[in-house]
Amino acid sequence: MDQLNNYLYISAILFSLGTFAVMTRRNGIAVLMGVELILNAANLNFVAFSRFGGMNMDGHIFSLFVIVLAAAEAAVALAIVINIYNNLHTINVDDAAMMKE
Amino acid sequence: MPLAEIVFWLLAAFTIISASFVVLNNQLLYSAIALLFALFGVAGLYIFLWADFIAGIQLLVYIGGINVLIIFGIMLTNKISSVRLSQTNVQQGVGAVIALWLMILISLVISKTPWLQIDSSEPSGTVHAIGTLLLSKYLLPFEAISLLLLGALIGAALLSREAT
Repeated sequence: MDQLNNYLYISAILFSLGTFAVMTRRNGIAVLMGVELILNAANLNFVAFSRFGGMNMDGHIFSLFVIVLAAAEAAVALAIVINIYNNLHTINVDDAAMMKE
Repeated sequence: MPLAEIVFWLLAAFTIISASFVVLNNQLLYSAIALLFALFGVAGLYIFLWADFIAGIQLLVYIGGINVLIIFGIMLTNKISSVRLSQTNVQQGVGAVIALWLMILISLVISKTPWLQIDSSEPSGTVHAIGTLLLSKYLLPFEAISLLLLGALIGAALLSREAT
């Protein structure tokens, strides 16, 4: 709890779980959930380094920006996913590989 | 072992188990619910790191916003009558090897590096410092990200509306 390493290990595990989801999931929304896990791992690192670097607030600001970017990304990605579903009737990312009809 | 330590390890185990549930579960809606618990655990870890404001924002934006959006997306794109297919593609073995390799590599780097740790006392709150920094040192990124949010709002509305 007072060791930087513990937080870094937790974040490393979260990051690799997220990459696993991004690499193996077929559903577009599940891939998005993997991306959220990766962003959370990065955020945890930012805040941990901020806490153990003499309570420097710059890390907090950066993680705040990451959270805002994640919100924007989720909104646009879900709009794209719903559009793909309306056109192709599937959200399998392997099937949605064509650039135009 | 003090109580705070026990709570910390419980929280860490809770976060990691929920995250693996997100990744490995075959039912998409269960994955989304597990993601809610994983985000909740990360918010708890933020509190252990004295980041009370970030923990609050995590609860508000991630759990209250992004996760609800994801559940909406799942419900809008799931056909109830459709055949249940496997949720994972053929790259499962390769993906597992790469993810495991990444985890071992990062863990090695973490354990080998002599991290500098500065001891500091717990602040009474972080909101004041964050607010001051946002409107002085980080004013330009703050304005840029507000423009980005506006762009994302318009873009999402434009993408998801019916073609006329």
